[in-house]
Amino acid sequence: MDETANILEKAGWALTGYHEEMRNYNLESQRFPGLSAKVFHEKDIPIQVSVGNYDLGICGLDWVEELLVKYPSSAMVKLRNLGCGEGSLYVVASQSKGESSLEELQRGKVTIRIASEYPNLAEAYALKMRLRRFSIFPLWGAAEVYPPENAELALIPGERDEPRFNHELVVVGHVLDVNACLIANRDSWEKKDLGEILASIGDGLSAGGKSSPGVAAASAWDKLSKVQLQQKSPVTGINQSSTAAEGIVRLALPDGHQQKPTLRLLNKAGLKIDDYPSASGDRRPVLGFSGVTVKVIRPQDMPLQVANGNFDLAITGRDWLAEHRCRFLSSPVEELLNLKFGRVKLVAVVSHDLPVDDIDGLKQLYKERAVPIRIASEYFNLADRYARDNHLGMYRVIPTWGASEAFLPDDADLLIENTETGTTIARHNLKIIDTLFQSTACLIGNQESTVDSTKEEKIKSITETLRSAV
Amino acid sequence: MRVQRCKGTRDLSPEEMGRFRLIEGVFRDCCLKWGYQEVRTPTLEYLHLFTSTGTLTPSRLGRVYSFLDWDGWSGERVVLRPDGTIPIARLYIDTMEDRELAKLFYVTNVFSFEETGKESREMWQCGAELIGAGSVMADVELVILALEVVKRLGLEGVELRLSHADLIRALLSKFRLDPGEQARMFDQILDGDPSVLSRVKAEQPVLAKALTTLIDLKGRSSGFLKNVKALFDHDLPELVSPLNNFITVVELLESLDISCYIDITSVRGFEYYTGLIFQLFSGEDNIGRGGRYDALIPLMGGRDIPASGFALYLEPLMNMVKAQALGASPVPGVLIRAEGAEGIFQEALGIASRLHEAGFAAEIYLGGREPADLRWTLDIRDKAPRLEMVDRLTGEGYHLDNTDQVIMQLGPGSAP
Repeated sequence: MDETANILEKAGWALTGYHEEMRNYNLESQRFPGLSAKVFHEKDIPIQVSVGNYDLGICGLDWVEELLVKYPSSAMVKLRNLGCGEGSLYVVASQSKGESSLEELQRGKVTIRIASEYPNLAEAYALKMRLRRFSIFPLWGAAEVYPPENAELALIPGERDEPRFNHELVVVGHVLDVNACLIANRDSWEKKDLGEILASIGDGLSAGGKSSPGVAAASAWDKLSKVQLQQKSPVTGINQSSTAAEGIVRLALPDGHQQKPTLRLLNKAGLKIDDYPSASGDRRPVLGFSGVTVKVIRPQDMPLQVANGNFDLAITGRDWLAEHRCRFLSSPVEELLNLKFGRVKLVAVVSHDLPVDDIDGLKQLYKERAVPIRIASEYFNLADRYARDNHLGMYRVIPTWGASEAFLPDDADLLIENTETGTTIARHNLKIIDTLFQSTACLIGNQESTVDSTKEEKIKSITETLRSAV
Repeated sequence: MRVQRCKGTRDLSPEEMGRFRLIEGVFRDCCLKWGYQEVRTPTLEYLHLFTSTGTLTPSRLGRVYSFLDWDGWSGERVVLRPDGTIPIARLYIDTMEDRELAKLFYVTNVFSFEETGKESREMWQCGAELIGAGSVMADVELVILALEVVKRLGLEGVELRLSHADLIRALLSKFRLDPGEQARMFDQILDGDPSVLSRVKAEQPVLAKALTTLIDLKGRSSGFLKNVKALFDHDLPELVSPLNNFITVVELLESLDISCYIDITSVRGFEYYTGLIFQLFSGEDNIGRGGRYDALIPLMGGRDIPASGFALYLEPLMNMVKAQALGASPVPGVLIRAEGAEGIFQEALGIASRLHEAGFAAEIYLGGREPADLRWTLDIRDKAPRLEMVDRLTGEGYHLDNTDQVIMQLGPGSAP
């Protein structure tokens, strides 16, 4: 963000309020009164530009390729490398156990699990490498902590040259070199005059002292324009080990802002834990409970990881459990304990300026409109079910990866969002028209994973220990 | 807003369905006569059936419809069947492995993403698979079966084009690539990627010359293949075995007066073939393809058993089949028109049912344009004459008293 802000400042855009603590996602430029800019999560930008909601976008090439590899006909043009945000995407494996290679693994008829925030690039990699049987775990984050126990491979970002990864991860494939880049909607690029704005970005780059960015960008594009999939062999240390440690209970704890209340709960229950939250970003804290291993992952990813048997227990939110159950109707994941912290409401939100008070009003308002009702949400499946249950008719769900408030009112009509107090919603000139349900943190488990009696007892014991602290 | 058909899909009108069923009927009839049995596999299969080397090429895999099922939390993906043969191989391994010989056929849809949305993403094919026979005779039986179908559909000037997968592989094996790279190179050749050849030319000029010679040569007889064999006999002995197999096939076809066109490059996008590959063309349209795939079943975890098969493509065939090929005249049919008090309608429906039981087509007139393909009209009135029947061919009319007399007048029915 800082580097983008720097380029745009040198380009003379004079954007108001574009910084880390920004309170409003809509920006205006003092130099270009006709230009309005909006801040999204990076992953949303190529999609928003492709669908034509925006003429231009700035984001990492990784997210551009993540879209293009799955949807090559997206209406998007890559304009230039902005000369910052350098890095690469790698496929990594753990070398902690044994020696193996992708080929050997396949001959062993093992499903190769690939964890990544880039599921489309991961799938393209798996197909390109002719992995016989593979599973992609699309993640919200922390992919690097999955190998070797919870995935054979992870597709993750790293430094451009000589990348270093923690926990004995080694590179087995280089997927893509990444830069921040400027993209345009194809239609806007062909039909609109964006010359002045584009020129200003060029000026910004020159002023930044980069050596002839135009040429450098052009030659870089040749290298980057297609997904490069290479493999270095042999791969060391891949082992299907999720079930290797018998009797060991694998617990997932949340990262992010749920860490403090989770730590309070553990302390209250008399459970000691080292290095959580970790100052160094380590995701393998040690819990003072014998026979339990802990990894710190995203709460959004937990229900799926418990369902597929990667973890036995996890502390997540009821909202993410409901989202998972909406997608996988017969999932074996169940709530073992309501932990009662992290209380939020899941709400339906519209622009404050709309003359409607409830969902029926919204349906009436858009009854005659020829375009679908656009619902933006991080809770893709809950949003979909909400639309079905309320018979919204023609609708589209736009999956988002954060900062969902930015989508209203221009790029979505309705938002399904969580809120603690409602102040963020009010600050963005939005209003709540419906409440879907209340959510709190909960302990989840897999009702099919209790075949091992030692493990079952341990799971019960942890659950009871935590229950005493709720 | 108007209701919309999903992009890349098509509806089949009653007239098109008539042609569809005609082709399907001819195909079924031919297969049954050759001793093949009909099977049907599910629309959903696991993705991993199609991913290993030796199944679908990456470019085809990149267009499959794959997704997580409602219970797909393990990450295991399912696909809308992208190919007809692989599910049959799966079916054989699943439930038929005790059979030494399985002759199976199917009519099925396959799905593949097509970017422009102008062509259909759902394609229908009539396929036959012969599992357990590895002889040249088995190869030629399939060619004859395929040609018999198109002949009975009234298509003329259909060209048989032949290629040979083992021949291409034998040549590629000379490049000393590891198996993965070789498979990738084969994929690229099958996908029609010209960059492979130019890369090869730069790296291995001698082999590249052999490869381009083989790719450029096109001929029409076993003599042609013998010439090719003589050309490479000394330098590339690996090519001799596949060439001999190829020559035997062509000689057998020639002895049956079946002409063919030999073009090594006439293959695209199927990497499970191991021997003969044949394609049928009507003008520029590819209407069918088949070949030998001996490695597929063992590769998928089944036993080591040879197999070959083909599929005919319904979409191009439907455009070619002429109305007259619809051939057989429809069963003698009756259009029933009822006029009068309410009881008359009950009687009309009763007569229609009786006629159906007797094996005749009978429709009740419900308004709109009268159907033209029914030979007779039957007017039912509540006053005399109660039943009046007219032969629309001759214009002759009859006054009748009851349904039995109507049936007598129609003559022998078509059903038992």
